[in-house]
Amino acid sequence: MEQRLLKRESVGQLFAKLADAGWRIVGPCRSGEAVVFKDVHAPQEMAADYVQTTLSPKSVVFPRYELLLRYRFEGKDVKIDDEQITVVPTVIFGLRPCDARSLAVLNAVFSWDYQDVFFKTRLENTTIITVSCTTSDPYCFCTSVNGGPGDPQGSDLLLTPFDADEYLVEIVTDRGRAIVDQAPELFAPAAGGEVNKVRVLADVPVRFEMSRLVECLPRVFNDEAFWAEQAMRCLGCGACAFLCPACACFDIQDEADRQGGVRYRCWDSCGLSLFTLHTSGHNPRTTQGQRWRQRVMHKFSYFKDRLGTIACVGCGRCSRSCPADMNLAEHLQALAETSA
Amino acid sequence: MDALRNKARDLLSDGSVQVVIGYGPGSVPDQARAVFLRRPEQVGALFFDDRCHQNLAVYLTKPEVKALGKPAIVGTPAILRSILQLAAENQIADGQVLALGVDGDGRVTELPDFKSIEDFLAPLPADLSPQEQEQLARIEAMSRSERWNYWIDQLSCCLRCYACRAACPLCYCGRCAVEANQPQWIPVAPHPRGVLEWHLARAMHLAGRCVNCGSCAKACPLGIPIHLLTQMLSQEVAKRFGLQAGRSAKREYVLGTFKPDDAEDFIR
Repeated sequence: MEQRLLKRESVGQLFAKLADAGWRIVGPCRSGEAVVFKDVHAPQEMAADYVQTTLSPKSVVFPRYELLLRYRFEGKDVKIDDEQITVVPTVIFGLRPCDARSLAVLNAVFSWDYQDVFFKTRLENTTIITVSCTTSDPYCFCTSVNGGPGDPQGSDLLLTPFDADEYLVEIVTDRGRAIVDQAPELFAPAAGGEVNKVRVLADVPVRFEMSRLVECLPRVFNDEAFWAEQAMRCLGCGACAFLCPACACFDIQDEADRQGGVRYRCWDSCGLSLFTLHTSGHNPRTTQGQRWRQRVMHKFSYFKDRLGTIACVGCGRCSRSCPADMNLAEHLQALAETSA
Repeated sequence: MDALRNKARDLLSDGSVQVVIGYGPGSVPDQARAVFLRRPEQVGALFFDDRCHQNLAVYLTKPEVKALGKPAIVGTPAILRSILQLAAENQIADGQVLALGVDGDGRVTELPDFKSIEDFLAPLPADLSPQEQEQLARIEAMSRSERWNYWIDQLSCCLRCYACRAACPLCYCGRCAVEANQPQWIPVAPHPRGVLEWHLARAMHLAGRCVNCGSCAKACPLGIPIHLLTQMLSQEVAKRFGLQAGRSAKREYVLGTFKPDDAEDFIR
């Protein structure tokens, strides 16, 4: 992979060049205690240090609320106007390698059979500039799900903070090269051949063996007591799904009056009891244990069977922010060990 | 710690309760999590210190936990206040829950009925923390438009994940008003109006019922200080109606009580 060096102090100039060329830049910013992705114009606006951002950048390609169509009643007719999507070329800067990988998971859902024009248009106009992890916390488990703190998968450019004032830049895709071409003078050649970045990367221990987990899941499906026990303290909110960079479930809702209305989609979560409530009043998932099982099975079994990838990148957000300390990696580890 | 474990072991051994709800070790050393102990040999997991802040009373109305049988529950003042408020709202019956009052010195007091919980709480201060008082004072000192902008800014990150609702022991409705859709009172979307309406509805529904445990804000993944909304309303209710949630199992609910001798004219 082609390597370059970028001075940290040059990021501001890069941003200015990109902005001049019409790019929108989204980066991690402090918002109270949280770190969330917002539009930025200069590096000073971004959070200086964070292990992981509180929210993933998924809303850039999959907004938490999105208008699909407008309608109005005209006599006995309904006039429908599809929402036309307009997208500015966007750079997401400063996301972590796990989040960069999550976009492929979302893409697998949104191009499974129906090609979702909203998601696809946004993704096609998004360039990913990832910053490798030099620190981690006990909730990180990327290395257990085929990722790593310096993994280039899913990134267009991968920046590794090599020392106090330089990033090692790996040009992963042509889209990444297009960014470099905007300001080639800022990207110096890496002297002395390939630079070994491993020494600066965070050490994220492997918690469980993926193949063993995937193999055991269909067998434990019917063990209701096992799932009920794990989910006893789960409060049944949607924080895990809404913070997850790879969760793609959404609800479709109307807001209307006598003249007409709008139809939109917004994030939904399988942890919420209403998620599976039928019009008849029947709910096939009546307990939190069943809903927790669905979350685990969907991510690590059904998704893999249907789309060839698991739907987890090991970012740890679901566990880090859980008000009841539901720890996904811990429970996956328990599962992988039951199969032994 | 030993007193608590011994008490839990005794209660499970002699069958006086079927489950002890308490705090055990969490994912990381500085975190505790709820544990549901059903066998005497599990009591070693119990501990109690300043890591234990989740309001465990939220589990008393969770169907999966109720199905375990009669519970004993480790009772911080906030948990005990929640139990009394749940009692006042007919969500738990007297004698259905055995509370274990704990204090900083590691003493454990068995509180088998609501009267004993009321007596245990009576001498304890129910004031907001200095930090909460300071935050409330700062918001009160704002002009109306500053206050509006403050909340619009704070709420702009809200995802409508309902962690605040899920963590609150007084948000026990089987089906929340926000989920009613015939008609739909409150928009489901996390757009600015949907978020605002959700938080207004939540605050008003908890007006005078909030026991000031702060669990909603601690549960919020984005750290939005939404506990200040219900705490503000609690203070208002205390000031105007002399009612304080979570002090008595027979407390009247300020928004649901009618008195012929009400001081206000409009209500007659």
